[in-house]
Amino acid sequence: MSYFNKTIECMSFEDKKQLLSKNLIDVVRRVYNNVLPYKEKMDEIGLKPSDIKGIDDISKLPFTLKSDLRNNYPFGMFAVPQDEIIRLHASSGTTGKLTVVGYTKNDIENWSESCARGLYGIGVRKGSVIHIAYGYGLFTGGLGLHYGAEYMGATAVPVSSGNTARQLMLLKDFKAEVLCCTPSYALHLIDEMKKTGYSKDDLSLKYGVFGAESWTNEMRNTIEKELGIKAYDIYGLSEISGPGVAMECEFQNGCHVQDDMFYPEIIDPITLKPLPVGEEGELVFTTLTKEGIPLIRYRTRDLCRILPDRCECGRTTLRLDKIKGRTDDMLIIRGVNVFPSQIESCILKCDDRISPHFHITVDRHNNLDRLTVEVELAPEIAFDEIQLIQALTQKLDSDISSAIGIRAKIMLVSNGSIKRSEGKAVRVTDNRK
Amino acid sequence: MKVKQIAVFLENRKGRLCDFAKILHEANINIKGMYIADTTDYGILRVITNDNDKAMKVLKENGFNTTVTELIGFKVADKPGEMHKVLKLLNDSNVDISYLYSYSELGSNQAAILIKVEDNDFVSKLLLSNNVEPFIEN
Repeated sequence: MSYFNKTIECMSFEDKKQLLSKNLIDVVRRVYNNVLPYKEKMDEIGLKPSDIKGIDDISKLPFTLKSDLRNNYPFGMFAVPQDEIIRLHASSGTTGKLTVVGYTKNDIENWSESCARGLYGIGVRKGSVIHIAYGYGLFTGGLGLHYGAEYMGATAVPVSSGNTARQLMLLKDFKAEVLCCTPSYALHLIDEMKKTGYSKDDLSLKYGVFGAESWTNEMRNTIEKELGIKAYDIYGLSEISGPGVAMECEFQNGCHVQDDMFYPEIIDPITLKPLPVGEEGELVFTTLTKEGIPLIRYRTRDLCRILPDRCECGRTTLRLDKIKGRTDDMLIIRGVNVFPSQIESCILKCDDRISPHFHITVDRHNNLDRLTVEVELAPEIAFDEIQLIQALTQKLDSDISSAIGIRAKIMLVSNGSIKRSEGKAVRVTDNRK
Repeated sequence: MKVKQIAVFLENRKGRLCDFAKILHEANINIKGMYIADTTDYGILRVITNDNDKAMKVLKENGFNTTVTELIGFKVADKPGEMHKVLKLLNDSNVDISYLYSYSELGSNQAAILIKVEDNDFVSKLLLSNNVEPFIEN
């Protein structure tokens, strides 16, 4: 077995504990001194940085929520002066505001290292051609893996998303060994290959790195069979760094967390108490080495468990089981985070000819996620001309797609036709599961 | 010359049109003219009934989004060139027609035509002063 960073990845329990403790003490001191919201949170519960003496004290620390980032938009949670920040990324927030993260030079290096360790762990080496079909831009997917690939000396192909015909041509001509994209896009590529007469033998693919949305083992089997590759899961979120927070090794038995950088805990989402290893709960991360925007006990809202056994690969890093769901109503559509509340706020302010009642349906058509938003007309409103309906639909379409970052199909429906619920409104039907 | 039309918003869902007809049937309302404009996702049903107020009421009660529009209705003789005469008149006066449909049951020698235009008063006067026969139903 070989490893990208054997010292860290195979570190003994005792040494790891020492390293984590040292880094936790350091990050707590940094956020207390440099990030006002953290000072306030800790002062409120009477916790001083000196009370944190090691990793076992982590549960004394307050949690961080996505709303903390929103309330301190855009840079209020940053722990360094802005001239130390060399990159910004952002992801959707629950309202119109984005969740913004900033990276120092060291942060980019550590993030690249985390991706490189993951890629190495599945067999990628210097010189491997990596076709990166995640979106490049504010979304962390594309650039995260790109830097990871370059960091280990592989050849990065920054295709970004879209234009499937060109993607297939480049996959074939550049002889990429590694395909990085969302699992649903991989399925879409497979469909397009069949339509356009490509066979898996035309390609040189060996490995797939699929993430940014949850996928099933059935999808894995299909992708592996149709592309003739081994398909690996990758986990990440921009708040913690981006892709590469955790990734499967060649044994495909849970994602190895780069836990020297991103320390995971599982908590009960109701009582907020830490749960023992092996139990399912909400995944929480503390960034131990991050400088730009270090986060303490960030609640990911992902439901997951930490696998109790050791992996055959010899790494001692903690491993995550498949993500089981969310503790909030966030949807992941084509790798983009979408909150029903974003759609709701568009509907509420878009036009007084529509009612506040809406329903979201997500399904998969030709292996691509499709989002449909049914919106009720206000009472008393009707149109005698098609173009009036189309104008209203287009107005909603452009408001919603600019808020959530992807296109939704808008369907106006009669007033009263969306089922009213007695308790909490059931606003989403997800047919992908 | 002005004719009231009810426009009903119909999302393309099985049974929706049938529901509509059932509601009017049960309220004993007669459909005099009917036209559907459709897209993939929606239809707009334009109807003229013998009792528009009652039709509006029962349709609303049954969850249909409806609106009333005033159209211009006129008669043309049932022979070649008659329609062209009127349309030419409108065109020469720069009147845009948003939509048009014909309405049956006048007997064999005449047809009733309904048009949606911007300025009903102007078009009424224009047609009347050119001896186009008004069609008054409601």
